Amino acid sequence: MLLLQVIVGGLLLGAIYALFSSGLTLIWGMMNFINFAHGEFVMLGMYVSLLVVMWLGGGPAAFGFAAAFSLFVLGVFVYLSLIRYVLRGPMLSQILSTFGLALLLRYTAFWIFSANFVSLPQTSLSGTLNVGGVLMPVPQLVAGVIAILLTIGLHLMLTRTKVGSQLLAVSEDRGAAMLMGIRPDRMQALAWGLSAGAAGIAGALMAIAYPWSPSVGETFGLTAFVVVALGGFGSVPGALLAGLIIGLIQALSAFWFGPIYKDIIVYALFVALLWLRPQGLMGKA
Amino acid sequence: MWRFRVLKAAAAAATLFAFSAAEPVMAADVVKIGILWPLTGNAAAAGQASKAAAEVAVDIINNAHPELGDDLPLAKTAGLPNMGGAKLELVFVDHQGNPSLAQQLATRLITQDKVDVLMGAYQSSCSFTATAVAERYGIPFMVGESAALNITGRGFKWVFRGTPIASDYARTYMRFFGDMKKQGKKVDSIAIVNENTDYGTSVADAIVEEAKKANIPVAIRIPYIASSTDVSAQVLQLKEKQPDVVIFISYTADSILYMKTMKNLDYAPPMVIGDDTGFSDPSFIPAVADVAQGVMNRSAWAIGKPGSTTYKINEMYKAKTGRDLDDTSARNMQSFFALADAINRAGSTDPEKMRDALTKTDLKPEQLMMGYEGVKFDNTGQNILAATYLIQLHDKKYELIWPDKAAEAKLQWPMAGWKK
Repeated sequence: MLLLQVIVGGLLLGAIYALFSSGLTLIWGMMNFINFAHGEFVMLGMYVSLLVVMWLGGGPAAFGFAAAFSLFVLGVFVYLSLIRYVLRGPMLSQILSTFGLALLLRYTAFWIFSANFVSLPQTSLSGTLNVGGVLMPVPQLVAGVIAILLTIGLHLMLTRTKVGSQLLAVSEDRGAAMLMGIRPDRMQALAWGLSAGAAGIAGALMAIAYPWSPSVGETFGLTAFVVVALGGFGSVPGALLAGLIIGLIQALSAFWFGPIYKDIIVYALFVALLWLRPQGLMGKA
Repeated sequence: MWRFRVLKAAAAAATLFAFSAAEPVMAADVVKIGILWPLTGNAAAAGQASKAAAEVAVDIINNAHPELGDDLPLAKTAGLPNMGGAKLELVFVDHQGNPSLAQQLATRLITQDKVDVLMGAYQSSCSFTATAVAERYGIPFMVGESAALNITGRGFKWVFRGTPIASDYARTYMRFFGDMKKQGKKVDSIAIVNENTDYGTSVADAIVEEAKKANIPVAIRIPYIASSTDVSAQVLQLKEKQPDVVIFISYTADSILYMKTMKNLDYAPPMVIGDDTGFSDPSFIPAVADVAQGVMNRSAWAIGKPGSTTYKINEMYKAKTGRDLDDTSARNMQSFFALADAINRAGSTDPEKMRDALTKTDLKPEQLMMGYEGVKFDNTGQNILAATYLIQLHDKKYELIWPDKAAEAKLQWPMAGWKK
């Protein structure tokens, strides 16, 4: 029974990892671009949620939407004001630009919100469900389910809709897409908006369950990169699968061997898998 | 100007003590104390709070404060009476939590600012390097509140430490468990959950050792990384072992996460003790007060009843900063008082005389603002009478519940957690 509890906990955590990472993999798949500021987008999503709760007294639906929307706008803005220009520069400046952006956002947050840890006051999403002896904290459960739905939704949008096809067309052949009447800048700005918006929702969901400070992006950022690499760069379903696997392995190894070994085990398996399958679980070779 | 003042003081001394062969000490109308703290950087909040505490202490010593009673040394009189009312002057420097900067600044304070004694340095790593400088120059160094074991015990002659350290805390917990057993409470096994850097590891090691001596089995020890985003595995491990008391040595986010996860996984041990740090962070109570009722913590500082000396000291601090004095700053303040008391007894700023006076320090509990048994340094410079109170979260504040003689509220055992 205890083991089942560990597994459920691991999967719920994994679903959050998946949502967190799906935005990152989207940018990678669209533009071959690594966004180091992704963790900071999530952090901002958490603070937006806090402000909505504190100032407007909004519930989870309100702050979830507010976080997604404001981060969507920020994502589009970042693309139009920064990424569009550095894309023309050498690879190194592309990498360092988002790294700089990450530090800018993190330290701005330190300045505005201070380094103290904050957490959301108890919202309507609290309590614990008891399903046949397995305890599922409602915040984590809701976060996990929404994360899985959104990740699937993002995947369907990319593969089944016109906008999705246009996004993919730009990523596959920019020139050809332009000849077909698609505006690459507009599409890529949209991709940045969606990616940041997903990060915003992930932040809102995580804010329900975890205390945080401005450096939270650092902690989750690394995990997100591992999830993306394991799932296969650019693959949203891959990120979902990889997120769940990593959450599960972390929970099991922490329970069996102790918490200080869990990351050793996760990353050892990760390196071993990349050795066998460098493109990741669901990436294209 | 300076020379003129010295001459004047010397002349005054000569007239007063015409036959006592003009003590050179009478020339010192100011004693300069160099203080190294992190005033910017990560630990700036703690450094700034301690700076304010030291300034209040200087106010108490330099000016006459009869309202603070007869027991607190140097409060009643203005200045240091044995040195003709000499005043203390503080020189603060900011080492930003950087040990090599702390070392440079300690050198500068001694060679350029010509301070008479040193104090500091909050982070153990900074105290470690700064004390080595004081040792080399032969200047007394008072370590205010750094807890790492290796700061004293290096065979240094010039380093003194007023604060309790890891082993003192561990002994306090065991004495508390002993008391509880006498009252018929069940403490047959404990669990230790510690973050795995120097701080958590050293405190946990000390607890394991003292538990062995006290014959209390440690059911499980769980080291973990403080930046963990999920602690359910640890909580389930605890749930499996069912210890009577769980001791957490944790930082902020993790201590909050533990309390929330314990509720989510319906794990309610009879008692939880948090070892200061995360459990004392200002964000801890607002985040988890509703699920962590009865959690215990340690603090050597208690504001006390209205009218008491500690209460009045707190009022002075509050008037200056708008906040209550916290345990960390209060421990620094106590070390500062002990240092000032020794300088006064030395009657001189001669380093050797001050060192000698420090080794002879013997402050009684009633002369202290903290809940120590006294201040008395062993030959490594460590205060052997340092101890701590235990406090418990009742509603939205911690109340002192142990030892009985100081208690201001009744112990709640088992803790209520989230069950009202």
